[in-house]
Amino acid sequence: MFRSKDLLGIKELTSEEIYHILDTAAGFKDVLRRDIKKVPPLRGKTVANLFFEPSTRTRTSFELAAKRLSADVVNFSVPASSVIKGETLKDTALTIQALGADFVVIRHSSAGVPHFLSRIENISVINAGDGANEHPTQALLDLFTIQSHKGKFRGLTAAIVGDVTHSRVARSDIYALTKLGANVRIICPPTLVPAEIGKLGVEIFDSMEKGLRKVDVIMMLRLQLERQGKGFFPSLEEYFNLYGLTAERLKLAKDDAIVMHPGPMNRGVEIATDVADGPRSVILEQVTNGLAVRMAVLYLLAGVKK
Amino acid sequence: MAYEIIEKNKGVDNLCLVGIQKGGVILAGRLAEQLQSIEDRLIDVGALDITFYRDDLNTKEEQPVVKRTEIPCSINNKTVVLVDDVLFTGRSIRAAMDALIDFGRPAYIQLAVLIDRGHRELPIRPDYVGKNIPTSFNDLIEVSLEEKNGGRDRVVLVTGERG
Repeated sequence: MFRSKDLLGIKELTSEEIYHILDTAAGFKDVLRRDIKKVPPLRGKTVANLFFEPSTRTRTSFELAAKRLSADVVNFSVPASSVIKGETLKDTALTIQALGADFVVIRHSSAGVPHFLSRIENISVINAGDGANEHPTQALLDLFTIQSHKGKFRGLTAAIVGDVTHSRVARSDIYALTKLGANVRIICPPTLVPAEIGKLGVEIFDSMEKGLRKVDVIMMLRLQLERQGKGFFPSLEEYFNLYGLTAERLKLAKDDAIVMHPGPMNRGVEIATDVADGPRSVILEQVTNGLAVRMAVLYLLAGVKK
Repeated sequence: MAYEIIEKNKGVDNLCLVGIQKGGVILAGRLAEQLQSIEDRLIDVGALDITFYRDDLNTKEEQPVVKRTEIPCSINNKTVVLVDDVLFTGRSIRAAMDALIDFGRPAYIQLAVLIDRGHRELPIRPDYVGKNIPTSFNDLIEVSLEEKNGGRDRVVLVTGERG
């Protein structure tokens, strides 16, 4: 069962632990359907949200998850522009410890920062995205969403489409899906194929027409617009023409394939509006499931003896 | 016990049975069958998982496993009979009452248990008891039910086996 006091990445989890989180999240999803959507297990605990990168969705989701569990929440927003040096980060950590937080939810532009913070004793660290490394709770909510539609993972084929190189979501999703026995395809422009991606046990495609054929799950990635103009692809229109998910391309997938996106979406860049709002889209469900999964993670970590 | 419930509540109008996961759910189902055959009408039966309401999340070695909660009817102004297999410290019942009250405001909450083994740590008492079994604090009571273990119905007292 759960051994670590922290959730740093999917890479560190066993498939048994992943299933335990998903089962627990199902219980919390039921709680979220009730009139009274709050339960008491984290009463008296404090969750510190520490976001060194701008984020509204993930931070709000963690905040609400903590509040639904009766914890207190403090939000630290650090200006994205300030360069956080090692020494400063250590001071931040000590400050949080002195404040008596029980959980730290951290997002940082550098990979490995959550691992650094996890050395503090008596505090559970949850990685909410570190650089291009991992974003474990996003992968867990993706798994939960897939499970609720497909009932299983073994034998499923999922295609992850977009800028895989710069995506921590993609990395966590790849670890998660391959651990549970799904086949994973990567569809991305040749300029955006990550180095050494072959080691992760995925198939790589450079066209939607080939890669989407007969897949069960389509996971679109957000095109990080801030990277446009760095020579990875000519223009947004060109990108949409080649790699945008359109109703026409969706027909290549299985009839019951689901369309996912971690948000926020760039409509007309990576995904057509009629697909994003169409019957196969589970994008809003992902948001609700994110709440249940984050409640499960906080709750299970609270039960680990420190 | 079914007759006691009918007698105390003057019938089964307004009654809802709620079993506490896991043994209590099976017993609640059986009690409902009894009540139905005596009174010849359907009785609402629910299942309650109290995991999120426990007070020992941080003190137990094993990790919590969440089971289903299903309350099929509104419990507002109903008489809810909580059903559990063994009544011991009373802490599960405290958690169950907190959980139940998040679903509504029952007129009455009553408690039916198969075994009362004593050693209450809270001011909680059962309304219906299958059997009182005096135990020492460290004894273990194992309730086997056909539906749960696939074996036969039996209650075993193991002396001095509790943690």
